[in-house]
Amino acid sequence: MITLDQLTKRYGDHLAVDDVSFTAAPGRVTGFLGPNGAGKSTTMRMLTGLTRPTDGHALVNGRPYAELPNPGREVGVLLDASAQHAGRTGREVLAIARRTMGLPRARVEETLERVGLTEEEGGQRVRHYSLGMRQRLGIGLALLGDPEVLVLDEPANGLDPAGIRWMRDLLRGFADAGGTVLLSSHLLHEVEVVADDLVVIGRGRIVARGSKAELLESAGTVARSRRTPELVAALHAAGHAATVGTDGLVHSDAGCEAVGDVALAAGLPLAELRPADGAGLEEMFLQLTAAAQRDSVDADPSPTSSDLREGAAA
Amino acid sequence: MTSATSLTVDTPGTTSAGTTSPWTSPGTSPGTEGSPSARAAAAHAPIPFRRLAWVELTKMFDTRSGFWLLAGIAISALLATAAVVAFAPEESQTFEQFSAAIGMPIAILLPMVAILSVTAEWSQRGTLTTFTLVPHRGRVLLAKAVCAVGVGVVSMGVALAIGALGNVVGTAISGAPTVWDVDAANLATIVLANVLGLMMGFTLGVVLRSSPVAVVGYFVFSLVLPNALFALGMVQEWFADLQPWVDFYFSYTVLFEDVPTGEQWAQIGTSGLLWLVLPLAFGVWRVTRTEVK
Repeated sequence: MITLDQLTKRYGDHLAVDDVSFTAAPGRVTGFLGPNGAGKSTTMRMLTGLTRPTDGHALVNGRPYAELPNPGREVGVLLDASAQHAGRTGREVLAIARRTMGLPRARVEETLERVGLTEEEGGQRVRHYSLGMRQRLGIGLALLGDPEVLVLDEPANGLDPAGIRWMRDLLRGFADAGGTVLLSSHLLHEVEVVADDLVVIGRGRIVARGSKAELLESAGTVARSRRTPELVAALHAAGHAATVGTDGLVHSDAGCEAVGDVALAAGLPLAELRPADGAGLEEMFLQLTAAAQRDSVDADPSPTSSDLREGAAA
Repeated sequence: MTSATSLTVDTPGTTSAGTTSPWTSPGTSPGTEGSPSARAAAAHAPIPFRRLAWVELTKMFDTRSGFWLLAGIAISALLATAAVVAFAPEESQTFEQFSAAIGMPIAILLPMVAILSVTAEWSQRGTLTTFTLVPHRGRVLLAKAVCAVGVGVVSMGVALAIGALGNVVGTAISGAPTVWDVDAANLATIVLANVLGLMMGFTLGVVLRSSPVAVVGYFVFSLVLPNALFALGMVQEWFADLQPWVDFYFSYTVLFEDVPTGEQWAQIGTSGLLWLVLPLAFGVWRVTRTEVK
């Protein structure tokens, strides 16, 4: 269980994280999405006590991180897989953490095996590790203390497709067994396949949050018609946002039923009508984050993203 | 904030202690901690200080640089002893000569050990893991300080033993009488002097948090500043009187020579406050507040 309450971080004039509140619940994978520099890592560092918040607070299992008596046993953290002493072997890195947490000796070998590092790789210095191996070691470090909560910053970086699949299964299994997973990424697809809940952040502010199902629903409709411009015009006239995608399809934020009604009333034949699903979520993610990057912090978001935001949060 | 959704299904304060351990999910290795309730109880035991100290001691030895730095102390003590046996004239083969020859490299190496015990972690960004596992950064620094002082005292003991052995062996070879011309009190002050030098290195490590900068800082403190301040004392009489009270290097190196007088102890105290205690307090305060990236 992770609770962030109005978490804010200000560097001089720059608001890196602005009033971020959300909860990551047990049994669920919460995806923390945003473009690079949106404030994901700063938020995660505040959550784990590495950065002091300017305002607000973060709780893990109902307590501030610094008050956890043995944090590694409750929260597994991976913030940067490269932040390891290059002269230690993977086994030594785990051994130091094992000793700090007061775990049985055998846990090191179990964990190496669990994250798919061979005995030989465990004996190599981290200097010689590929990024994918460092990620596996970092995930091993997070899992070492058998925690109930995982906080992972861009854990899929550097993993090959098989590795990404492996991690997805691991996180799914962890959440299904009652664990809480908070997982950040700047790639929508990476998070979309595994997350139950999504929190989208842009320029330090939350622009959308909710369950994946809700966000997918709110992601709108895709329609195909021979008379594309007329369909777009009819949708606009009915007060719906509508654009023509690069695929030649009409994307609208209205539901399938509403688009069907509009087409019928305008006498426009439809060749295809379906929920936008992933493509729509991608579109929404780009729009939301682009809007957040373009606008100043206090300015109103564009009508489109505002509509989507309402839809997402409703 | 807009209305929350299914993200906020549980109230804050609810823990998942009663849920199944994620380790026991199908297809993963079983947990080794027993029942979830036993696990929760074990998870709430705080980390004892001696465990932290043990971990920090491991970290000082388990990298190549750390290992060779400590091995270097023993090696240089052996080399210095061998050099005195081989090259010093018979009448100079006294315990004072041996300990002086050994003391030189040690006085340089021990502060380096202390510096690296702090800065290696910052330059390699290991602090990210360390301070995530132990959020009380002051405790981590205290554990490091205890280890550095412990290693310092033990290496001094080893080095002096090597020197004593050299004194016995050397004089046996040359046939000269074995001279023990350093008393126990002076031995103790020599150890204390090395500990103070080591703590100066530690302080520089905590304040500067960068290996090269702190190493350079230590050489400025031990080689450049003493000469500069000596020169200042030569031309400015008021400073010559003040120097022992404010120049830490000037006052604490007295410990190498002899047991200090009461006034000299006081001077070590005042200058130590300026150079050691205040900067260290400032450095620790900053470490506890700084952002770890």
